[in-house]
Amino acid sequence: MSRYSGIKVFLEGLTGNKGWKPAWREPEPKSHYDVIIIGGGGHGLSTAYYLSKVFGVRNVAVLEKGWLGSGNIGRNTTIIRSNYMLPGNEPFYEFSLKLWEGLEQDFNYNAMVSQRSILNLFHSDPQRDAFVRRANAMILAGADAELADEAQLRRELPFLDFDNARFPIKGGLYQRRGGTVRHDAVAWGYARGADQNGVDIIQNCEVTGFQIENGVCTGVETTKGAISGNKIAVCVAGSSGHVMAKAGMRLPIESHVLQAFVSEGLKPTLPGVITFGAGHFYVSQSDKGGLVFGGDIDGYNSYAQRGNLPVVEDVAEGGMAIMPMIGRARLLRSWGGIMDMSMDGSPFIDKTHIEGLYFNGGWCYGGFKATPASGYCYAHLLAKDEPHPVATEMRLDRFKRGHLIDEKGQGNQPNLH
Amino acid sequence: MIINHPLLGPRDAAEFVYLGDASLIDRPDPNADDAAEAFYEYGYLRDNPAGEHQELWYHEQGDRSWLVVTRNTVTHEITKVEIAREIAKSRGRSR
Amino acid sequence: MTEQSNRLAHGGLINRDKRLSFKFNGTGFKGYEGDTLASALLANGKGFVGRSFKYHRPRGIFSAGPEEPNALVQLRSGAHQEPNTRATVAELFDGLWASSQNHIGSLEFDLMSVTDLAAPFLSAGFYYKTFMWPKAFWEKVYEPLIRRSAGLGQLSMKDDPDTYDKGFLHCDLLIIGAGPAGLAAALTAGRSGARVIIADEDFVMGGRLNAETYGINGMEGHLWAQNAVAELAAMDNVRLMSRTTVYGAYDHGVFGALERKTDHLAQSNGKPRQILWRIYSKRSLLTAGATERPIAFPNNDRPGVMLAGAVRSYVNRYAVAPGHKVSVFTNNDDGWRTASDLQKQGVEVVAVIDVRNAPAPVSLNGVETIHGAHIVDTAGRKGLKSIKLSNGKTIATDCLAVAGGWNPNVHLTCHQRGKPEWREDILAFVPGGTLPAGMQVAGAASGTLTLKAGLQDAAQSAETILNDLGMAVKKSESFEAEDEAHSATSFWHVKTTGKRAWVDLQNDVTTKDIKLSYQEGFRSVEHLKRYSTLGMATDQGKTSNIAGLAILAECSGKTIPETGTTIFRPPYTPVPIGALAGRARGKDFRPYRLTPSHKWAEANGATFVETGNWLRAQWFARKGEKGWRDSVDREVQMTRASVGICDVTTLGKIDIQGKDAAEFLNHVYTNAFLKLPVGKTRYGLMLREDGIAYDDGTTARLGENHFVMTTTTANAVLVFRRLEFARQCLWPDLDVHLISTTDGWAQFAVAGPNSRALLQKVVDAPFDLSSEAFPFMACAELTVCGGTPARLFRISFSGELAYQIAVPSKYGNAMMGVLMQAGEEFGAIPYGTEALGVMRIEKGHAAGNELNGQTTAANLGLGGFVSAKKDCIGKTLSQRPEMNPEDDIRLVGFKPVNTQDALLAGSHFITKGERENMANDQGWMSSVAYSPSLGHSIGLGFIKNGQSRMGEIVKVVNPARGVNVEAEIVSPHFYDPEGGLQRG
Repeated sequence: MSRYSGIKVFLEGLTGNKGWKPAWREPEPKSHYDVIIIGGGGHGLSTAYYLSKVFGVRNVAVLEKGWLGSGNIGRNTTIIRSNYMLPGNEPFYEFSLKLWEGLEQDFNYNAMVSQRSILNLFHSDPQRDAFVRRANAMILAGADAELADEAQLRRELPFLDFDNARFPIKGGLYQRRGGTVRHDAVAWGYARGADQNGVDIIQNCEVTGFQIENGVCTGVETTKGAISGNKIAVCVAGSSGHVMAKAGMRLPIESHVLQAFVSEGLKPTLPGVITFGAGHFYVSQSDKGGLVFGGDIDGYNSYAQRGNLPVVEDVAEGGMAIMPMIGRARLLRSWGGIMDMSMDGSPFIDKTHIEGLYFNGGWCYGGFKATPASGYCYAHLLAKDEPHPVATEMRLDRFKRGHLIDEKGQGNQPNLH
Repeated sequence: MIINHPLLGPRDAAEFVYLGDASLIDRPDPNADDAAEAFYEYGYLRDNPAGEHQELWYHEQGDRSWLVVTRNTVTHEITKVEIAREIAKSRGRSR
Repeated sequence: MTEQSNRLAHGGLINRDKRLSFKFNGTGFKGYEGDTLASALLANGKGFVGRSFKYHRPRGIFSAGPEEPNALVQLRSGAHQEPNTRATVAELFDGLWASSQNHIGSLEFDLMSVTDLAAPFLSAGFYYKTFMWPKAFWEKVYEPLIRRSAGLGQLSMKDDPDTYDKGFLHCDLLIIGAGPAGLAAALTAGRSGARVIIADEDFVMGGRLNAETYGINGMEGHLWAQNAVAELAAMDNVRLMSRTTVYGAYDHGVFGALERKTDHLAQSNGKPRQILWRIYSKRSLLTAGATERPIAFPNNDRPGVMLAGAVRSYVNRYAVAPGHKVSVFTNNDDGWRTASDLQKQGVEVVAVIDVRNAPAPVSLNGVETIHGAHIVDTAGRKGLKSIKLSNGKTIATDCLAVAGGWNPNVHLTCHQRGKPEWREDILAFVPGGTLPAGMQVAGAASGTLTLKAGLQDAAQSAETILNDLGMAVKKSESFEAEDEAHSATSFWHVKTTGKRAWVDLQNDVTTKDIKLSYQEGFRSVEHLKRYSTLGMATDQGKTSNIAGLAILAECSGKTIPETGTTIFRPPYTPVPIGALAGRARGKDFRPYRLTPSHKWAEANGATFVETGNWLRAQWFARKGEKGWRDSVDREVQMTRASVGICDVTTLGKIDIQGKDAAEFLNHVYTNAFLKLPVGKTRYGLMLREDGIAYDDGTTARLGENHFVMTTTTANAVLVFRRLEFARQCLWPDLDVHLISTTDGWAQFAVAGPNSRALLQKVVDAPFDLSSEAFPFMACAELTVCGGTPARLFRISFSGELAYQIAVPSKYGNAMMGVLMQAGEEFGAIPYGTEALGVMRIEKGHAAGNELNGQTTAANLGLGGFVSAKKDCIGKTLSQRPEMNPEDDIRLVGFKPVNTQDALLAGSHFITKGERENMANDQGWMSSVAYSPSLGHSIGLGFIKNGQSRMGEIVKVVNPARGVNVEAEIVSPHFYDPEGGLQRG
């Protein structure tokens, strides 16, 4: 298998780029696999990658209904961070951030991991107190966190609205190791790496049903025929509800639409990721120059992959509230992704009550940054049948037990997380 | 979106607040033997269908009615809007 | 160069009486009213206006409309600088100032153009394969370089100085696009009395009629359009909106539209720059026309290579010759029209090259016509000089009009995920799948690409819509017009080896890049777009997507419809973020809620703080006080020593009435309310249904069937919403009614040992305030100040003898004055939210930092308030095992071991002797204050098993601030723990 490198790019350039091979094969499905992963998005592909690379499980298929990477990995705002507060979350996201930090060399693909920093602005004393609590939780968990006061932010980000703001900027919580990644490249890098390890990535193959007998899941029905597997791993965040319904399961999840936006290309404008603390707005700038931004979910159950105007305007208002210099930048394109909004805002990586059937989902709108750790921990669970130490609390039965991982304190109303 | 309020006519959805699945009306009997299980399912499990969905909307910037809206989660088409209080009564809720 | 060297002597829809001056890259030029910046630049022989995104190749004006990929400029200067403005749609005004973008050095000598030399190494997706070593170099070296060369125009980094408005419109029929089809439909619908809005992005309505030489009903097309517009303008039921782009189709017939009000003026003069309209339509008709597509051939990106229809626009509408020796390259009949129109206007046409081996559809004199040939190369780095043909011939030409066929403008039909369908007969995608509710499509946008058929199609569509709406059609239209020659050929690009042929001009995506993407496995359209960046530029692939798809189909040996379709997302053309935000920016981002005594507070030196949308007095500084602490300490001390007054109107107030009101409260509060006597107030705790503590407050029983509930400020709206849910959906038969009276009553806390004496002066006789007559937790309705209705509650947040008195809001400001005057003899002071907070921490009351949605009643030490005898919302789920673990956290007080130390909120607790890590995390400090009553810092916090750790010294660590101290766990009730004062 060919490795990518600058030298290879140079040599291929000299010879008309004729030698580049497909980044992945287009195999037909075999009749049986050790593990069948349903969903060729970021998490499914990273699961396949780590299964084959770290855990030595190579007889693996990834079944993707459309084209690989067509789910939320291809429609998000590309932010990575580990600025969580609760013990059920923070070690997991910090593990993920560490995986991001070595990812490109690991899978030999430049996903443009850019630790440009993420800054969460705060606007009131109680909000500052909550951020200090979070910053300390991060540091205690081994992550980095830094508090900035208003004076520091005035120096670093003079374009923010310090003097005329409805909700004054009082400071912010930095995570310098946070940043952005070229999202599509993550899917491609994992796909290429998994493919090279022998994983069959089967595109345009929709799962239409599960083969379940006597409480054991033994395979799936697909648009390309029946495929049997020892372990069936569902990984279809956004569509979790109606896929798991095929296995007769109801989930602590609602599907909601989250819109995201990109502006026309601009010369360097923003240094890192900035989030508004008194409204719904977060923004970064891509390497191509577009401002990539988003805000709140539309708020109603939806599988439509598109949203409505009130949220578009709310997001723009949030942007203008903190950085009125973006008024003359133009919104170029908007899109909608479907989010698995869970009942406490935190995800699941777990077995189900059906033997052989595993579930990964409920990522709300934080799934992108989790991609490496989600795949790693899911692979760990699939290979060893026990949770990875940083994902022990991401269980489906936690609501029954009363063990909530509710960062925002919003309770069992998914659209508030 | 536009919600055709049964009392007030068509209103922009932005006047409303969304809660979720209309099954939230069906609060279990706290005195039943299986109350713990029933409340867990009531509080946490959802059908979350891709298609027709009965859901609760609150006309906060209006008459403060809770409504049950039947809406398709794939097309967003709304086929029915009813007063939640009447639905609740028809489902046997009383006091 | 002579002035407007390329302006034709006659013709055009420009106003030659109004000459306008403008500057491009510092050089002065002239144009006319009616010009766009692009037509004016072309009139002055300025064809080379920009640089491409990746290779920094010279780029010229390519189109005459919103599809423009090349001619992007920075318009205006200073804070008004507007990057990436398409010169083809920027209306010329006197004094216009524009500059080219995306180059280092001058436009002519861009230092970045060296990247073009490295092009072989910069093929599609090259950056995914390199820049990985050494690891640190990506962020330090490569990425900064890439970022600097990427991007296009520049923001000024200054606050947008313009204002933007928003508005709402309603109509029976929204017609999108005022070309021939749109106008025909508008006439039909308008004459029949329908409420019609017709919107067009151009500043002149008429669409292609202004750019072509068609005739309708015996008139020149543009005159017919003018007449139609005049007739429509005279109708009260029709609203004409030019300069208005309908950019998005949303659910249920709602559209977003952007109207440009002052972009065509030198200055906005205080008027809004743009208006963002939300249009509510019963039906819509998309008559957005079609966009011409080019053909890709080697070195087809030179300035001077243009769309053939655009060349006609410049000649016919703007009376500008885009070149002096024009040639045409076409794969269809329509291209020939360009040649004949140019000739009619006296512009020299040197050659027409048709890829087809077919006879010429029109006869041209003195023009070399070449059939069955194509272009294999071009020359002219900064402007086209010649083209080389497949027959070996080289033709000198300075402008090449390329005609590759037309694509219906299906964009808005895709906004609700509708998938266009391929029509083989016109070799184009037409609207397909599920269209936005209520939308029809007519004219060229629907694939009806010729004039007469389009007019009839549109009029017919309007009739169908009218019938659908139950409106009578007044008069069916018929049109005399020609159906122009039309054909389509499947010729998308000139196959080439070696030389680059551009498909996406802005993003520098060539046919090779598309083939390479396919070769590397990026075989779905979406993969192609994402890997090669095809169609991702500011034009969103309006002229490149279909060719890209066709080349991809060629690679795979599939047909175009088998290969896929491209769908479009909102917005149709880019919309300024400022317009989307409208007036909601700066101080107007959200409305302010002011307390009833706001004016009094302002006049008395208050410093205010944002509390949600409220603005509350934070403290009242006095002369000589050096900082906020001085003021707050004094306010606490004076209140505790004598009496202080605080506006607490922001607490939510809910009036609850009905004969089942008490039963209702029993459902929503954890503690019992059935037996609360009339005239008494009770503390109440609410849970969410998931068992977490939600809100608390006091509820007073003013009558047998009448309660007044207070909520926290933050949850006022939310609690009311939940109560309505409980009332309407859970217990619908209860006789109970709710109304929010938060804004109806001004409420003041009067706290301190002299509060009774003060209030006695205010209440009307014979109301008795003595502890016997009006004990702790009593409430009453009464009058004050000689007949003003009021409510009085003997409740205390401060721990002092205290009351809350409420009067109708309109008397609130006056009441504050009255209370202060009455308190003068006691030295009464007003106090703000800070002193309020200090006193509640001294008393150990939970507030927002503790009731944070994550804590249980037990965590808060309020477990005793959950009645064992009855159900309430949240009770069942609060009993889940892991919500009540053995080592559960508990709210307790903290006192620094060294009383000089300041405790900090957000610190975490670590048991002494344990290492500082997450595994050893014992909890966190939620609220802190300097207690003037105790003379040191105090804190409230949650710590595991707090109730059984009294007296333990723990580490209070705050690595984020670099402060670690030690503190003793104490009771959270720092001040008057027995509560004797408040009962006194």
